[in-house]
Amino acid sequence: MYNNIIACLPYKSSFLFVDNVTALSDNGVTGEYTLKPDSFFYEDHFIGNPVTPGVIITEIMAQIGLVVFAIYLMTDDKIGTDVVMSKDSFPLLTSTEVSFFKMVLPGEKVTVSSEKEFFRFGKLKCKVEMHNEQAELVARGVFAGIVKNALINKQK
Amino acid sequence: MDRTTILTELKKVLVPYTENKTMLDGITEETDLIKDLKINSANLVDIIIDAESQYNIEIDFDSAEKMYLIGNCIDIISDKLNQSA
Repeated sequence: MYNNIIACLPYKSSFLFVDNVTALSDNGVTGEYTLKPDSFFYEDHFIGNPVTPGVIITEIMAQIGLVVFAIYLMTDDKIGTDVVMSKDSFPLLTSTEVSFFKMVLPGEKVTVSSEKEFFRFGKLKCKVEMHNEQAELVARGVFAGIVKNALINKQK
Repeated sequence: MDRTTILTELKKVLVPYTENKTMLDGITEETDLIKDLKINSANLVDIIIDAESQYNIEIDFDSAEKMYLIGNCIDIISDKLNQSA
């Protein structure tokens, strides 16, 4: 439904962690990703016992919860935000504080939901949660990021 | 609100964002938020938002861009306070 936004994401193949964007509004986003059993990190993390690394969980939460959301907020002119998207712009994570509650194994599908705390001066800060298919909480945190080289619309 | 009062209030706003508490105690109008207080540039946005609620003002993009020295911050806050007064 909102998947055209995935084409705007500056990632591909082994580092694209968004399959579906299922809800998008001025206040938040929800999206899904299924962990591919042949992902590069499972062979080494851990040896003979593949478990999704916390950094990858964090990245999935950031891509759906911040990057998809930021692109939506910046490109939707209804919202009257401070910045608009430029061709050379790319997202930078500025802070995360995440707690992990459950392991995520190869092949599992996770759902990420993000709720906006603020989006001002090009910085987006959100409360982000990840749940598994059993609707159990996998991880929860506060994420913030900025978009580098975004065109700045001072007229507002 | 005079400049000294604004400065005292501003110190409280900055506490969560700097590790350098000694430097924060001795700040002057020439203190640079990023170079001296070692504040993460990404946190300048959070500081502006906190300052808005501390002083009950609204800071626009052009003003925010100028807030890199303590003195600049006081100028902007003082301006906005006068506008709303």
